[in-house]
Amino acid sequence: MTVTRADIAPTPIIETQDLVRDFRRGARRTRAVDHMTFAIQPGEAVGYIGANGAGKSTTIKMLTGILKPTSGRARTCGLDPMRQRIEVARQVGVVFGQRSQLWWDLPLHESFTILAAIHRLDPAEAQARTARLVDQLEMGPQLDTPVRSLSLGQRMRAEIAAALLHSPRLLILDEPTIGLDVLSKQRLREFLVEERRQRGTTLLLTTHDMGDIERLCDRVLVVDRGRLAFDGTLQGLAATVGAERLLVIDLAVPTPPLEGVQRARLVDSESDGLRQRLAFDATQTTAAAVLADVSRRAEVRDLTIEEPNIEDVVRRIYATSRGS
Amino acid sequence: MVDLTPYRAILRSRIRAQLQYRTSFVTDILGTVGVGLTELAEVWVIFHNVDVLGGLDFTAALLVFALSNICFSIADMVVGHLDQLPTYIRAGTIDAFYVRPLPLLAQFMSSEISLRRIGRLTVAIIVLAIALARAEIAWDTATVVLLILSVLSGTAIFSALFTAAGGLQFFVVDGAEFTNAFTYGGSYAAQQPQRVFPDPLRIFWTFVVPTAFVAYLPAVAILDLPGNVLAPTWLAWCTPLAAVFAWVVAGSCWRAGTRRYQGAGG
Repeated sequence: MTVTRADIAPTPIIETQDLVRDFRRGARRTRAVDHMTFAIQPGEAVGYIGANGAGKSTTIKMLTGILKPTSGRARTCGLDPMRQRIEVARQVGVVFGQRSQLWWDLPLHESFTILAAIHRLDPAEAQARTARLVDQLEMGPQLDTPVRSLSLGQRMRAEIAAALLHSPRLLILDEPTIGLDVLSKQRLREFLVEERRQRGTTLLLTTHDMGDIERLCDRVLVVDRGRLAFDGTLQGLAATVGAERLLVIDLAVPTPPLEGVQRARLVDSESDGLRQRLAFDATQTTAAAVLADVSRRAEVRDLTIEEPNIEDVVRRIYATSRGS
Repeated sequence: MVDLTPYRAILRSRIRAQLQYRTSFVTDILGTVGVGLTELAEVWVIFHNVDVLGGLDFTAALLVFALSNICFSIADMVVGHLDQLPTYIRAGTIDAFYVRPLPLLAQFMSSEISLRRIGRLTVAIIVLAIALARAEIAWDTATVVLLILSVLSGTAIFSALFTAAGGLQFFVVDGAEFTNAFTYGGSYAAQQPQRVFPDPLRIFWTFVVPTAFVAYLPAVAILDLPGNVLAPTWLAWCTPLAAVFAWVVAGSCWRAGTRRYQGAGG
């Protein structure tokens, strides 16, 4: 028996080859996805970012069998989503941030019951899985609440639980944290990290929030006008565009500029050094470490942290890729 | 054997949702009873003025009315929401259907059930009982089989019309007015003694949109009335064939519609 390459290399869980998708609006023809080629291996966590209308949702729809590619190839879990949509649906969980997959007029627990039946889960197994997800996502109190009465944060956690009910190999999240408050975002991210740690679920998510990318993803794809503008690690992205966070520190007394803080760069100092701004790379150090270093030198009265703006990051990537 | 568990779970939940608000549910049922009675009144008014219309007397007309209304109510109850497809498209529900491991059409069909149509169905069943009691029918096995076959096939024909209408909605979003001509128009045509129509219309409602098979042809055969060139008595036995034909067309419309959605993206 010969050992082929396919026996050794794992099949990518997502694979696109020269994927193209055109839309026609009247006589005009626009290209939403333009010769996109990439592969995602099982177990990866990939952030898929780009401006509005860059082609993110269109790609996801082609990967899940909702849209037919104009040309090129899309494979999800090794399957053709157009021909094997149902088989793909068994192995993939999808959350479209703006569109609910729950039954809005029924108590939340009924949506879980129905979805378990739709996926033909064994009742005992479904119950255990639901209980675990409800527990981890802290949704027990909402089980009897009609979906339409849930808050946005509660609904999003419910959507994610619903998408994970059948223990999919691949979880696709389209804008999962949009509109959520800081606390809800954090709980959601912690849950996703834990879920991936336990089950090794592959994650593909689109987002406008750099925090999602930093805390959840080990790889980033940036799409610009339907084309792949960047494919690499978060560190690579930061190195390319300098996706630094800004620590704004108010000090008790006027202090000379805080040069030479470990792994941080002084941006500016104002009011005789009462307020100073330090930039740092979140992949290299933490806000706490920077703060500790500063505290050794001066008394800190107040501080704020400014996250890098994903739109800025994307814009800078676009400038780089379009310029070259 | 197809495992129906998912569909049962969905339908159970739909029924529970509708029974949640008792008052509005009862009002809705009374509403469809009203629709049924209004249409019945129309038949009564006509036969108050004439004894025979299109070869049918009042009893025969009641039988036609009952058969067509039974079939239409059941179809409307089970798949009537298919022509609401643009609403599903706008709400994005349709994308959720694509990412579930069930056939799309089966999901759409089971996504809703309009229990309130039971009102109109009840009116139709009572009228059927009255018509059958008034008519002097020579009951034998063949008559009973024909009656059952007609109700099953007629329901299938109307369901096919709704499905075809659903498929066409992918092409003409907001085309409900257009497809209503076939669904509700077909229901109206099915209630009429076909001989009141000019021949081209009769041919249309028999061989293109086969609603003549739902009630008129079976009624003529059950009552043993004389047939005619466009409606020989034996044609009543072809009702299942008409249903199969309707479903072939409906299936094609639906497939074309979903392909179009995947092609155009709504």
